[in-house]
Amino acid sequence: MSSDSAPAAPDGEPGFSTWTGKARGWALRRLPADKLLPERQPSYVSSWIYIFGMAAVAAFVYILGSGAVLALNGPAWFHVSGLGRFINSTHLWSVELFFMFMVVHLWGKFWMAAWRGGRVMTWITGMLAFLVSIVTAFTGYLLQTNFDSQWIAFQAKDALNAVGIGAWFNVADLGQLLMWHITLLPLAVAVVVAVHVVLVRMHGVVPPLEAAASDAQLRSTAPNPATDGED
Amino acid sequence: MTKTPVSTSWRTRDDIASRPWGGTSREYDLFKELAVGLVVVGLLVLGLSALFSSPDEPSVTLKSWAQAQPADFVATATAELGGTSRTAGYGPPYNSTPDATQKLGPIDLQNLSGVRLPIDTANDFVIAPLQTLPTPPAAVKEWTTASDARHTEWTTAYGDALSKAPDNDPAKVAPGDYGPVPALTGALLGMAQQGALDPVLGAKGSFYNTDYKASILFLGDGSYFPALADAQHLTGDQWGMMNETGNYPGQSWLWLFSALYQVEPFKSAPNADVLVVFTMVILTLLLTLVPFIPGLRSLPRRIPVHRLIWRDYYKHR
Repeated sequence: MSSDSAPAAPDGEPGFSTWTGKARGWALRRLPADKLLPERQPSYVSSWIYIFGMAAVAAFVYILGSGAVLALNGPAWFHVSGLGRFINSTHLWSVELFFMFMVVHLWGKFWMAAWRGGRVMTWITGMLAFLVSIVTAFTGYLLQTNFDSQWIAFQAKDALNAVGIGAWFNVADLGQLLMWHITLLPLAVAVVVAVHVVLVRMHGVVPPLEAAASDAQLRSTAPNPATDGED
Repeated sequence: MTKTPVSTSWRTRDDIASRPWGGTSREYDLFKELAVGLVVVGLLVLGLSALFSSPDEPSVTLKSWAQAQPADFVATATAELGGTSRTAGYGPPYNSTPDATQKLGPIDLQNLSGVRLPIDTANDFVIAPLQTLPTPPAAVKEWTTASDARHTEWTTAYGDALSKAPDNDPAKVAPGDYGPVPALTGALLGMAQQGALDPVLGAKGSFYNTDYKASILFLGDGSYFPALADAQHLTGDQWGMMNETGNYPGQSWLWLFSALYQVEPFKSAPNADVLVVFTMVILTLLLTLVPFIPGLRSLPRRIPVHRLIWRDYYKHR
């Protein structure tokens, strides 16, 4: 051990004296590598319902990819280009699939009461991802530069003006909406989804609602008594 | 065997849900799952796109409106001049029309936002565009030098005459004292039919423009644009918020937002928009904060869908 190495903490792990080291220690304690990128999962993680979260992430990848091509060519490109129309179609269908997967994932997690055991922020960030995605999709519909976007702008202004935000979020201003749709909102979705996924990895997948210490799956390996309680 | 009541609480406690899982496990490959997911979803996206493409109903222009329904265009322009159109009486953020805002009890958020996107329909939609013509019609000067009272007399008289004319045709209007209004609306119609009004209305003399609110509001004040939306099942009473042109899926995730507009008390409320938005905010908060709400958070226990989800686990317990 070199003379300038960090002093050992009481638990035997190296102590950190710098801000950077303390931040690393904090992150590693909460999310060690085997939790971040696990090779095993609890045996109860074996239902079709578990694929929808990952499917939503996969659809989001295609939304970002197709959206980037559309953004680089401008919002009116798909009216005049066959390739543009196809990319626009992939953007539309990946969004439709994204929402379908996300809604199934959300309701699956609701019926699992997946907020149990300190997972409340996982639930809230999931809901937040859903809500920010709705706003993002809405701005996308307003950017179509066709009849649909004209009519949505005409109709949607009433709800936004009625609650006093229509002046700042002007649904008829293509320049303003473009910025919201291709920069701020996708970034917000990506960040919220990333935080959500990290929280899932930190806390693990919620066990079955009626799991008990007497279950065969727990009996052989973990003799801890369960102390399930009230609502 | 005595069953202990299961908990749906969000709190971290000394229970199975709060502890790291210490039971049986199975092999799991996160990256493989992501890769398979990308392949399957990619194929779905490509397949759906190749099969169904995407909708692209061309936009409506002031030119196409003026050419298709000149009588509706002239009647709307007359209402804009007289300050009787929907936009003229809208209130904030476009103008300060009294008692036009949607309130929720004593809360008037629309009024609080103020007139931040000011629109004077007579000037912005009719007079100013006509003034951009190489030779503005003489009627413009007659209008701008007359009093507000005269404006109201002329536009009211002409609006009534248009509504009584056969097919609301401006050419068949009975003679009367309409001042410069027929000349102004006629000149604006000609300008729109030639396609000269579209670039002028929003840009207000500038080269660049990205804000289309003036054109959209003017279009919406007529009956041509809403009729086209109605034919595409896009209006509010047709669940239009979640619909798309043609037979394509739209924003179906807005189904509850759309549904509220179809039922009382929202349907016929003069402040329907603000009522619906506040209701949706409350419902969204309830769902987001469901882990903290006793009773609601117990629904997964009372309606045991989880037994279907974890049926393999429960079968082998």
